[in-house]
Amino acid sequence: MTDTETDTSLQPKKKGLTRRRKRALSRGAQYAVFVAAVIAFAVSADWGRLKNQFAQADIAQQMFPDVITLALKNTVLYTLSGFVVGLVLGMVIALMRLSSVGPYRWLAGVYIEIFRGLPALLIFIFVGVAVPLAFPGTEIPGGTYGKVAIALGLVSAAYMAETIRAGIQAVPKGQLEAARSLGFSPARAMVSIIVPQAFRIILPPLTNELVLLFKDSSLVLFLGVTLEERELSKFGRDLASTTANSTPILVAGLCYLLVTVPLSFVVRRMESKAQEAIR
Amino acid sequence: MSRPEIEVRALHKSFGDNEVLRGIDLEIGRGEVVCVIGPSGSGKSTLLRCVNLLEEPSKGQVFVGGTEVTDPDVDIDAVRRRIGMVFQQFNLFPHLSVTENLTLPQRRVLGRDKAEAARVAAENLARVGLSEKADAYPASLSGGQQQRVAIARALAMGPRVMLFDEPTSALDPELVGDVLAVMRGLAEDGMTMMVVTHEMTFAREVADRVVFMDGGVIVEDGSPGQVIGSPRHERTRHFLSRLLDPAMAEVEEGTSGQGGGETP
Ligand SMILES: Nc1ncnc2c1ncn2[C@@H]1O[C@H](COP(=O)(O)OP(=O)(O)OP(=O)(O)O)[C@@H](O)[C@H]1O
Ligand SMILES: [Mg+2]
Repeated sequence: MTDTETDTSLQPKKKGLTRRRKRALSRGAQYAVFVAAVIAFAVSADWGRLKNQFAQADIAQQMFPDVITLALKNTVLYTLSGFVVGLVLGMVIALMRLSSVGPYRWLAGVYIEIFRGLPALLIFIFVGVAVPLAFPGTEIPGGTYGKVAIALGLVSAAYMAETIRAGIQAVPKGQLEAARSLGFSPARAMVSIIVPQAFRIILPPLTNELVLLFKDSSLVLFLGVTLEERELSKFGRDLASTTANSTPILVAGLCYLLVTVPLSFVVRRMESKAQEAIR
Repeated sequence: MSRPEIEVRALHKSFGDNEVLRGIDLEIGRGEVVCVIGPSGSGKSTLLRCVNLLEEPSKGQVFVGGTEVTDPDVDIDAVRRRIGMVFQQFNLFPHLSVTENLTLPQRRVLGRDKAEAARVAAENLARVGLSEKADAYPASLSGGQQQRVAIARALAMGPRVMLFDEPTSALDPELVGDVLAVMRGLAEDGMTMMVVTHEMTFAREVADRVVFMDGGVIVEDGSPGQVIGSPRHERTRHFLSRLLDPAMAEVEEGTSGQGGGETP
């Protein structure tokens, strides 16, 4: 093809909106809306009152180091213990759900439906109040810590079971066949070959679950805790009422973000890594 | 002659209403290499998978090394340790390095200690010419290399027979030769092999016998010269002519391409 033959209809248009100009215009409009919204917020907010209510430096200062050494520490402890219980229970339920034994599958299905459908709050009240009332004399080991671990574990196990099941099913069938043809028993193949691969697949959703649990740990509030057992939300709320100021709430909130934002970042990294690995 | 290494008697296999194997009788002696050929859907893979009970036969018996595989009371895991299997899609364990792919089954299944497993692994990697890839992960290997690792993994268990299900069908043409060379070496070392393949040159040069299957039965069974060179049945002739010169084949009804493809 020679230059003289070039189709004129394909040449850049001189008149009207080109694609490039349209794009520039649309982007400009979006920036304009954004700037307008920021200005509207800045003008309408009463900055003096906001600062007074949420950003009193001396009150914030007085929270340290307890907000970290006690409250954040307890939040992390509650979350991790709940996560571990949920993971173990979720694994058992996922395997039951995939079992060839009908009643196991059925039982696991019932558990998942019930605990996915209940608000976490009800489960906390159930573990904290109903169980001790119904079985007087029984003591959940570990006191509040044990109760929280069980309550959070019950809440998360249902979600984790579904996630783990999906992960196991996402491992290609050929993997099990290869393992079986090498002489692995079904249980051995599951433990050595299938589950490790499933966990790579579900690491991002499991970490998301950890973030959710981190926030749900605030429900400890409803179990009634001693001063030493307070976590971030309770700690912040108590201080907010004694000082009649909301700064502790803000500080507690920042402490949550201190953990959840990096965690979310890690999840996104893992997800994009996983995307790369597929290619 | 001693007992055949693989013995299949009146084997039937149905998936629901679909009768895939309709009475297979086959014997493979020690050290024999038998290539199984046949059109797509004829039941080649199913037959192979019935030999190590990845598929449960509906009827009939299978013996490997004198042990009845189809006996409901047999320790199937113990039987499978003596039957190596190589898949079209390699099926290496992607979360393990090449060496770990070879050592983990030895340690978990055979209970070998670490040093012994590592020694056997190195030996078998050398056998397939991939010693330098010992620490690589499967994803970084070419298809041909992955398949050779898969063969080494099966060999590390010390099997007395090896089953191959189209081991080169998923490979780029230029990688097929390396895998076939490894298999040829195995055959020369006296391994008993049952190979489903479309590689006619391999079948002609390496196989002791060629079995042609169609519609769930064995149509022809004989030496390569006989079955490939001068087939007695019309169906065999038809299949071979299409295989050797695909461009000459007429469009036929009911051939829906390469069926039975598994996802990798
Ligand atoms: N797990 C299964 N469930 C149901 N049907 C199956 C299953 N496996 C195989 N089949 C059917 O059995 C028939 C034979 O399949 P098989 O894989 O043994 O053929 P093949 O000779 O190996 O073909 P190909 O050359 O395409 O691999 C096919 O019709 C297939 O659809
Ligand atoms: Mg097949």
